[in-house]
Amino acid sequence: MLMETERREDAAAETVLAVKNLESYYGPIMAIRGVSLEVRQGQIATVLGANGAGKTTLLKTISGVMDPEKGEIFYQGRNIAGFEPDRVVRMGIVHVPEGREVFPLLTVEENLRMGAFVRSDTAEVKRDQEMVFSYFPILAERRRQAAGTLSGGQQQMLAIGRGLMARPRLMLLDEPSLGLSPILVKEIFSIIRRLNREQGVTMMLVEQNAKVALEVSDYGYVMELGRIVMAGEAKKLMQSKDIQEFYLGVQEETQRGQKRWKQKKTWR
Amino acid sequence: MDVLQLFVSGLANGCVYGLVALGFVLIYKATEAVNFAQGDFMMLGAFICLGLTNAEFLGLPFWVSVPIAVVVMGAFGYAIDMTIIRRMFGQSQIAVVILTIALGFVLRFLAGVIWGHEPVALQSPIAGRDVSFGGLVLGLDEVFVVVTTVVLTVALYFYFNRTRLGVAMQAASQNQLAAYYMGIPVRRVNSLVWALAGAVAAVAGILFASKGSIDPSIGLLGIKAFAAAVIGGFGSLPGALVGGIIVGLIEPFASYYIAAGYSQVMPYLLLFLILVFRPHGIVAQVHRKKV
Repeated sequence: MLMETERREDAAAETVLAVKNLESYYGPIMAIRGVSLEVRQGQIATVLGANGAGKTTLLKTISGVMDPEKGEIFYQGRNIAGFEPDRVVRMGIVHVPEGREVFPLLTVEENLRMGAFVRSDTAEVKRDQEMVFSYFPILAERRRQAAGTLSGGQQQMLAIGRGLMARPRLMLLDEPSLGLSPILVKEIFSIIRRLNREQGVTMMLVEQNAKVALEVSDYGYVMELGRIVMAGEAKKLMQSKDIQEFYLGVQEETQRGQKRWKQKKTWR
Repeated sequence: MDVLQLFVSGLANGCVYGLVALGFVLIYKATEAVNFAQGDFMMLGAFICLGLTNAEFLGLPFWVSVPIAVVVMGAFGYAIDMTIIRRMFGQSQIAVVILTIALGFVLRFLAGVIWGHEPVALQSPIAGRDVSFGGLVLGLDEVFVVVTTVVLTVALYFYFNRTRLGVAMQAASQNQLAAYYMGIPVRRVNSLVWALAGAVAAVAGILFASKGSIDPSIGLLGIKAFAAAVIGGFGSLPGALVGGIIVGLIEPFASYYIAAGYSQVMPYLLLFLILVFRPHGIVAQVHRKKV
């Protein structure tokens, strides 16, 4: 695992985002405790972790909604730690928040237009809206409907589409699978994959649903109690015993509880 | 004929209430704080216009001083948010409420020092003239108030639904966090909402002043406007106007048909009934959110 990290640092030229020793607090509580990770150009990187591991805080700190206490966030070689969110969006990082967070009383179209708030190239914005509709045809059907009346899956599509409207180079996706049915999760992730391939958007994904997330990802990190405890190629992580045990639900014994408590996670 | 006169004068009053109520709702939607100085913003707007227009002060032409007063009050609203309200971020709502009440006192005192506490009349070209529509004689001031309110409402409607900044204001009020994520500069947008509320208050003040004399305590009509905002459904812009017009219409009819002493209570009786039977107000804008 350590060697893996070193090898990655050699290829720093391709690195879009490099987080170094980041620490963030929620009031007096230290939510992330010295996180370092990298996201490379054109890849999908996943951060796995349970509730309260600090995944969302990490994304919020990158997008500037929260200020870090310590550490650096290098985006295209520039330290953006502590920048205002509108500046971060202008630089090409867009954060698609957890739990959709659409503008409920605005129409689908207005929501999308708000995604492009930082842009002034009207014609291009129009074209990007058509691009979003081509990925999410249901949004085109509902374009005049208030976003709050959409179903959960449609709202998630809208949130991703709205993020795309900023024409990001790096997209931070916070739990796109949250509260969606398995079939919708599949659909959303296949679109995420396509967006990554076809539009060249680098993605940083935060998920609890390790299986789908690792399937689409190139690289993965595991976060626990504010720290990165494991990192590696997504394929390798999928084969890791710990990941299988704690995130994929693969187990050799039938009695779930027993197995869980007997075996210690090796990274602790 | 009497009924029609009552109706028009009530409508004109109601428009002023509605515009002040609009200011309440604008700020409430954007910052979830109630600006209890909104009535005093209106008073200040009226006095700035008076100070610019009246011969004993600057003596500028009325049509020159109106836009100046509106712009000054807009800048004033922006400055209040930037220098005071923004610092209250994270404090309890009640702190902001008390602060704006105090601000109202300060403004009233300030206006008293500058323009005196005696009632004065705005020397506008509208006051004291009549217009007749096929035998129907109406005060020009009242017609002016109603027409201006309609024009302003239409303008605001287009602003909030057709312009990028207007939609962004709506967006920021519906989901502030998501607005941050989209790169909308929420703090500046909120200050602009305060500016808008200040400008609308100035218009309301000028309209009020063209219907009669003013003194620094007219800001207290903000209480009626607040009732109007609640009746209309706090949080709805059309509701604020509707509520204002309802309150404005109740007053003259109540004082005409009901004994003095009871008539003044009527708007608040309606407020009471609305709160009991339709607590979200007439134009309820219930926040629907699917999970």
